[in-house]
Amino acid sequence: MTERFNSLRADSDGRSVHDVGGLAFGPIDREEHDLALWEKRVDAMMRALGSPTKRAFTVDAMRRMIESYSEQQYDATDYYEKWVRALRNLLLEQEIFTDAELDAKIDNVRAAFIAEGRGASHEAVPRDTGKGVAP
Amino acid sequence: MSRTASTPAQRFNIGDRVRIDSRPSAGHCRAPSYLRGQEGTVTAIHGRFRNPEQLAYMKPGLPEVTLYKVRLQQTHIWQGYGGFSGDEIEVDIYEHWLLPAGHA
Repeated sequence: MTERFNSLRADSDGRSVHDVGGLAFGPIDREEHDLALWEKRVDAMMRALGSPTKRAFTVDAMRRMIESYSEQQYDATDYYEKWVRALRNLLLEQEIFTDAELDAKIDNVRAAFIAEGRGASHEAVPRDTGKGVAP
Repeated sequence: MSRTASTPAQRFNIGDRVRIDSRPSAGHCRAPSYLRGQEGTVTAIHGRFRNPEQLAYMKPGLPEVTLYKVRLQQTHIWQGYGGFSGDEIEVDIYEHWLLPAGHA
């Protein structure tokens, strides 16, 4: 599937990865589905960080970050995976925290989960290699 | 979004025929590819807003730019459109992506 989408975009005159209106991507999946807890948390974090009191980043910056993904990454990730990767990249870009601080926090949370016997590996948030971070 | 108290001159008025610019873009852009080069009619003026294409890079986005609602005919946009001949689409487009209709 990803390969097919890539070839569609290759002939589409330099569109951004998200700008696929009119390309032959097939029917849109309109089925509603329940949100996982982590997806609700990502939604809450985005709204809190983008709120008028925090202003860690604009909704437009969020869009810009998601639009900067590679075609492979864009097509292989679902809605809230795109969001959580954008959150991470924006918070690093805006120097709200450093990569080392984030890694340390993830290690702490993972250790706490394991200590409580909650099997953190199954609930892990998708990791990002950092390749999506804009210069 | 903030809206200025005064009403600064805008380039287009309701009823004007406009063309969505077909120039290439780099970075965050608010004019989708499938509409570039298409012509339509201004049906509403939403007001003036900070430029989202600059806000995306954490810049102030000033001066504010006018946002219009533009109505286009689906049969003009899609070759072999299979819906009703009178089907329309309305899109919100910022002034810096609009030209007078007929403009190259």
